[in-house]
Amino acid sequence: MTIVLNGEERQAAEGTSVLALLKSIGLPPGRVAVEVNGSVIRRADYPGLALRERDRIEVVHFVGGG
Amino acid sequence: MKSETLIIAGRSYGSRLIVGTGKYPTPVIMRRAIEASGAAMVTVAVRRVDLTKRGGDNILDAFDPSSVTLLPNTAGCYTAEEAIRTARLAREAGLSELIKLEVIGDERTLFPDTEGLLQATRVLVKEGFVVLPYTNDDLVVARRLRDAGAAAVMPLAAPIGSGLGVQNPATLRLILEEIRDIPVIVDAGVGTASDAAIVMEMGADGVLMNTGIAGATDPVRMARAMRLAIEAGRLAHEAGRIPRKPYATASSPIDGLIRRD
Repeated sequence: MTIVLNGEERQAAEGTSVLALLKSIGLPPGRVAVEVNGSVIRRADYPGLALRERDRIEVVHFVGGG
Repeated sequence: MKSETLIIAGRSYGSRLIVGTGKYPTPVIMRRAIEASGAAMVTVAVRRVDLTKRGGDNILDAFDPSSVTLLPNTAGCYTAEEAIRTARLAREAGLSELIKLEVIGDERTLFPDTEGLLQATRVLVKEGFVVLPYTNDDLVVARRLRDAGAAAVMPLAAPIGSGLGVQNPATLRLILEEIRDIPVIVDAGVGTASDAAIVMEMGADGVLMNTGIAGATDPVRMARAMRLAIEAGRLAHEAGRIPRKPYATASSPIDGLIRRD
């Protein structure tokens, strides 16, 4: 299926969870925040939440700033 | 209470200086500068993860979470909606309710959009955030932010990154006089140590700065200068300065002077 991750289209296996997606892109789940279709996803829900076709996912983290 | 203690939303922080983590020449210099500043709270920004890079440096590696509290910001947001969205993401990434709220209204000056700022403050306070809004030196807006439940107000001394020092001391003084129940933290515009000392002498509860330290030729040295300036300014404020007088008052006694008689 096609998902939109940080503004770019990507292919992911049907039913991929948020946790599996983070693992596949090599990100530690404890250091990022995830939004799916505009809603923030709690960390506890990463394993159970299955992504769907055309879901828009934002993965953010902290960077230097004032 | 120690002079250095800053209390925000019932929590004590061991320094009145809050420092940003942007624009340092290297991560090592940043870490050493933050240490030298003595800051107990540091700001960070929230951005998309760059998916073309794997792993790499993470800003969270630069601090000891037991000694420094992270204050995520909503820098770069131009609407209340964007700022609220960013704050919600920051809370999930940092597992803390603290947010430095910025809603910018003008690209060239980075002056705040106070209407959007108030809207976002109201929403985020309702959601349980500890909101620290970056605002302009406007007493009426500061009062409204306080009444909306902000945990502090953070008026600017001068535009972000300008290093001009306090531009409107009279208006800043009005805010410091009126807003007594929550901290007033001067955020932005400090260029050197004396700028920081001046706002602390005026009675500010704290100062937040980034470029003033990160952009200095020697950021570590400037961080220490800022720490000392803030402590000095606070102590002078607490000590109570002498009134300004137009003419001299002798410091030595007049009586007992030798005379050629």
